Amino acid sequence: MAKLSSTYENIQEHWHALTDKKYFWPLFMIAGIAFCMAASTFEFLDLYLQLILIYVGINIILTVSLNLINGYMGEFSVGHAGFMAIGAYIASLLTVHVFPPTAQNLLFPLAILAGGLGAALVGFLVAIPSFKTRGDYLAIVTLAFCMIVKSVLENIDAVGGPRGLLGMEKLTTLPWVFFWTALSVWVIRNLVYSNFGRGVLSIREDEIASDLMSVNTRQVKIIAFVVSSFFAGIAGGLFAHALQFINPRMFDILKSTDILIMVYLGGIASISGSIIGAVIYTILLEILRPLGVWRMVLMPLMLVLLMIYRPRGIMGMREARLFTPLRDFVTEKLWRQKKKEAGDATP
Amino acid sequence: MAYIFQQALNALQLGSIYALIALGYTMVYGILTMINFAHGDLFMVGAFFCFLIAFYLHLSFVPTLLLSMTGVAFLGVVIERLAYKPLRNAPRVSAIITALGVGLFLENFTLALAPYPKHIPTLLENTTWTLGTLSISSLQIIVIVLSLVLMLILDFIVQRTKAGMAMRAISWDKTIVPLMGVPVNKIISLTFALGTGLGGAAGMMYGLAYPVIDPYMGIMVGWKAFICAVVGGIGNIRGAMIGGFILGGVEIMVAAFFPSTYRDFVAFTLLLVLLIVRPYGILGKPQPQKV
Repeated sequence: MAKLSSTYENIQEHWHALTDKKYFWPLFMIAGIAFCMAASTFEFLDLYLQLILIYVGINIILTVSLNLINGYMGEFSVGHAGFMAIGAYIASLLTVHVFPPTAQNLLFPLAILAGGLGAALVGFLVAIPSFKTRGDYLAIVTLAFCMIVKSVLENIDAVGGPRGLLGMEKLTTLPWVFFWTALSVWVIRNLVYSNFGRGVLSIREDEIASDLMSVNTRQVKIIAFVVSSFFAGIAGGLFAHALQFINPRMFDILKSTDILIMVYLGGIASISGSIIGAVIYTILLEILRPLGVWRMVLMPLMLVLLMIYRPRGIMGMREARLFTPLRDFVTEKLWRQKKKEAGDATP
Repeated sequence: MAYIFQQALNALQLGSIYALIALGYTMVYGILTMINFAHGDLFMVGAFFCFLIAFYLHLSFVPTLLLSMTGVAFLGVVIERLAYKPLRNAPRVSAIITALGVGLFLENFTLALAPYPKHIPTLLENTTWTLGTLSISSLQIIVIVLSLVLMLILDFIVQRTKAGMAMRAISWDKTIVPLMGVPVNKIISLTFALGTGLGGAAGMMYGLAYPVIDPYMGIMVGWKAFICAVVGGIGNIRGAMIGGFILGGVEIMVAAFFPSTYRDFVAFTLLLVLLIVRPYGILGKPQPQKV
């Protein structure tokens, strides 16, 4: 009885904030879309700021989707840039060569979607080796995949080879980026807190044990990889149409490293952490631009210091209340309370 | 036939450089179960040390080699003390991300100081002997022989000396070994010094064999050497040597018989196939998983 009443007190304490959430998200979506449309039509944000916001959005998509594999599932994938490349090339080829120039604006979402689906298909193939291999060996598989994608793109002359592909119109606008970003955050957040998400978490904690508890680990892994690579492909398509030029070298291992840094800066297994990480990293890089080359010296240094003093990143293994369902919120609170009572100081 | 032999010689040269770098990865992994992703960049720093020493101090080959090896080894130990040691009990990925950060720092710091590619001055008189259609340069012989000698020395240290025994003991069990009076921190520093020193030597040899060096040269070579370490079975020193020669051989042979742009594609596809057939590397042993 004591436990039940303490649960009730916990709920009561935060009931207000939690019920507000019901209206928060629709309002947030409407306000966001309206703001973005106004910003791009009336141009009260200059183009430079708009471009930065577009990059922030793309980076959020990449970070959140990579967090599904690296954070929630506990694998170490370093091939995210490869999926991004596939999405970017498919979407660009569609808008440049297939779609009629007059209907580009209307068909743009289709191109992005096709890029995402293409990347998802390849993500399915990459998921297969993950059945048997784990940890460092799976890292190698994804690394090799990333390099193979780059190498294949460099050898296909029809997509420009090493010279790259250009001729895309600037179709990535702020409202579209906002829409896709919100969609990816929504989908991945709901996946993580669904029944399937429990499976993902159980794979991170112990794969064999979750197998024994009748989690279909193969299926879970496939879905996680497919969803993650789907959104990476979408980010790639948006990226290509924001920059209007792509070449294979943009999607090499350095790009993957960038995404990894954003994920671990924000903290693993946390949607809000991913968003914070992507926003801070992208904006900090822009703010430090006057430093020239030295900004690229300063950034890794800051990352190392952050890792030493806060090894789990900014939000590691924690979640903002905005993204947690009520049930989880209460359980976690109870769990932390119990830990505190037992005198366990680890976060 | 001579062509194949010629390419085999090139493969040995590239493979020995890969093997030297892969040794650093595998030693650090064996002892700390951590992937030191900054290792490729330490290799690059080795090449730059060699450039600085040869360009400003005008030393001959052997002092240059020794000085750049010590310099890189010292840098490796400093990095271990400052960046990795505080994270020894942190989650494994934080250490990996720190290593990535240290690598980026080294790259960009070098880039900020030396924005243009540098050309290493010739340290050795390069004579080329021709045997029929086969041409062998003294540089190739030196690179191959020197790498083999370094590997033999390392193998001796690890297998036959007291410090090497301590290293193997630490990689066996990290909690019991300190109780036996083994100075764990010193041994870890020594491992870093040995591994990065070999990386520095590899950097110098790479710089001699392919004389133009730039701050980003460590990335690709570093990742490839990491792949060698995994192919051989990560944590296994002899495996790393074998992996280095395999990847070197595959790369050179693909470039010899196909358009050279297919090199990475074929090399990595082979790697994937190998990992699917033998998921623990050539000499690695499958770890039993416990629940």
